[in-house]
Amino acid sequence: MKRLLSTFALAGAMGLCAFGAQAATKLEQVKSKGFVQCGVSQGLPGFSNPNDKGEWSGLDVEFCRAVAAAIFGDATKVKFTPLSAKDRFTALQSGDIDILSRNTTWTITRDTSLGLNFTGVTYYDGQGFMIRKDKKVNSALELSGASVCTQTGTTTEQNLADYFRANNMTYEVIAFATNDEVVKAYDAGRCDVLTTDRSGLAGERLKLTNPDDHIVLPEIISKEPLGPVVAHGDDQWFDIVKWVLYAQLNAEELGVNSKNVDEQLKSAVNPEIKRLLGTEGKYGEGMGIGNDWGYLIIKNVGNYAEIYDRTVGPDTPLKLARGLNALWNKGGIQYAPPIR
Amino acid sequence: MSMTFDDGTFIRNEMAPVLPPPTQRIGAVAWMRENLFSGVLNTLLTVFGICLVALIVPPFVRFMFLDAVWAGENREACLGPEVGACWPFIQAKFGQLIYGFYPISERWRVDIVFAAGALLLVPLMVLSWPFKRINAFLFFVAYPVVAFVLLTGGNINASAFLLERFGLIRGLVGDAQIAGVNLVFWVDYVLTALLVMAAIGGLIALLGGSGRSAARTTFWVFLAFGLLIFIWDVDVGLDYVETRQWGGLLVTLVIAVTGIVASLPLGILLALGRRSQMPVVRLLSVVFIEFWRGVPLITVLFFATYMLPLFLPQGTNPDALLRALVGVALFSAAYMAEVVRGGLQAIPKGQYEGAMAMGLTWSQMMRLIVLPQALTLVIPGIVNSFISLFKDTTLVLIVSIFDFLGQLRASFTDPNWATPVTLYTGFAFAGVVYFLFCFGMSRYSLFVERRLNTSHRH
Repeated sequence: MKRLLSTFALAGAMGLCAFGAQAATKLEQVKSKGFVQCGVSQGLPGFSNPNDKGEWSGLDVEFCRAVAAAIFGDATKVKFTPLSAKDRFTALQSGDIDILSRNTTWTITRDTSLGLNFTGVTYYDGQGFMIRKDKKVNSALELSGASVCTQTGTTTEQNLADYFRANNMTYEVIAFATNDEVVKAYDAGRCDVLTTDRSGLAGERLKLTNPDDHIVLPEIISKEPLGPVVAHGDDQWFDIVKWVLYAQLNAEELGVNSKNVDEQLKSAVNPEIKRLLGTEGKYGEGMGIGNDWGYLIIKNVGNYAEIYDRTVGPDTPLKLARGLNALWNKGGIQYAPPIR
Repeated sequence: MSMTFDDGTFIRNEMAPVLPPPTQRIGAVAWMRENLFSGVLNTLLTVFGICLVALIVPPFVRFMFLDAVWAGENREACLGPEVGACWPFIQAKFGQLIYGFYPISERWRVDIVFAAGALLLVPLMVLSWPFKRINAFLFFVAYPVVAFVLLTGGNINASAFLLERFGLIRGLVGDAQIAGVNLVFWVDYVLTALLVMAAIGGLIALLGGSGRSAARTTFWVFLAFGLLIFIWDVDVGLDYVETRQWGGLLVTLVIAVTGIVASLPLGILLALGRRSQMPVVRLLSVVFIEFWRGVPLITVLFFATYMLPLFLPQGTNPDALLRALVGVALFSAAYMAEVVRGGLQAIPKGQYEGAMAMGLTWSQMMRLIVLPQALTLVIPGIVNSFISLFKDTTLVLIVSIFDFLGQLRASFTDPNWATPVTLYTGFAFAGVVYFLFCFGMSRYSLFVERRLNTSHRH
């Protein structure tokens, strides 16, 4: 009888243990499984697309690698789940993925009513217009009466309607179901103007027969701040993901990059750099990760400028200028709170 | 009748030379007159057909071969005014189209699985070759087990069976592991097997049956399962490759083959169930079939992938590909059931009555008399289901599993290969690949049909 009782007690204790394990924080879960599960798009040029080696590459992808580097010191400890626009939030809510880094626009609806938190802005995008050079149009305000190619059922279409109405201009929409159809129609001359997000325009332009015959107009008619998203309910995880981006921005501001980071670690005198790289202060502790988290991010992945340049920057086929995404002290609006 | 035959002047002594038939009756011209231009309507149709071919074929050939680019490093090679297919794009992405994100250093494992599958399938499909029984056993039983180990790396985490869920075993044996095999699990498994055997044997004996034979059957079932789990449990030293990394043709084939192999027996069972005299079996079959036929495949996949984890207890998270596989198999089984039922209904009542008059049991009657005839009748329907299943596998893209087409679409987004012709090239290639598979299935079904069509030849 005694033995039976003790067996039951043991069973009860194990049950409790099992229960305790389930209530673990996101960071503990991630550490115990040994990788970060990251939701990316099923393919968006420069943001997340498979490269020739069969690996995911792009700005959104690099961000997830940076999170993995901060936690594990190893940028490869991340697994990617390609998600369609429809299931991205469901996948995050069900815990299928730890971070959603999928060119997702930060809006009030998404931030407040879906049980999600946006952790920052990795790319400031906005809707723009592309037009043939020979139309001799220099501003979107001269587009009255134009026919515009766009995708059906997107916010792009709504923004377009808002913009033309606000400026009292007439236009004709020619809408298609998929992006590829839109580009083909524009290339074939079925419409005067092609509109979508500016980063998208850069990608679509590559598919045109003569990319150099087209220009992107300077006006940006919508705000599309794209950023990583985490689920509600774990503030520690929210902090980590948020500060990974800030560390990369601060690193660029302080001139620390993956090439000089080892040297900086040894010889830097600037206290800001020392705090970033973890030689001074214990800033990782507050997030439950190592104090060298900043160093690990820069060493393994790089600072914001490095990531930008190798995924969408001027040297890539997309040739996107920094624009709004330049640092605040260089004409852009990327601004990170200080590490101290 | 005043002919005289005496002098022989009116009788030929030699055969008249064979004259060639009138030119209008033979040769290409006559064939065309007869088959292509026999009437006004026929002539019009012929002209229309020729126009269609002339319209489609030359641009197609020009795009695919004459104007095509055959070598290059990136998009620069495929830019230009009159450029056809961009084959370097397919070359660069070929590995991904076949293996998906499967690690490059481990791709030999997939190659072995492909090769072994082909080696086992071909002799199985050539009807006249011997050793069908062994061959079928190897293909349907041994091959999936080995393929699973090769593709995933085996060494599944079998840590608890039944009793350990109540925490009864670990206290007894501790945490011993030998070659990746968890002792807790196996003690648990053996004890559970003994318990279940005793329970079933006792129950049957109580009900007046043969408890011993029931227990023996249970033993064999447990042994077979145990063997299966053991093979998957042993650490054979292969790296673990999770199914998320699978993709391309590999995923298409895994889903299609599993769906095809699983849906036929399931479908036959369901069809028999639907025609059964037993009300419960019939009701269950009808409900199952009508449910799965009434729900779109996309809904099934979406539900299995994103909704199921919300219902299951936390921690039990079946593999995404597995969930899709089960969904596809059940879905196609429902369709298969109706195809087979069509065949069953076409068998004359006399066949059943004859079989019963011979004293055959129900299962003998079905196995030896009815099903062979019914299945032969519905071969076109069955293959039709197979082909549509093969193409429907593309739908797994919506649950983020990249099959062949999904992988291709993802490749389109690589800015290094974004050109005006990339899209066309990719889809042309995909079309050729899908066509080869589906046409192959279709031709093989025709061959089997002719071969088995012994009784209905007119």
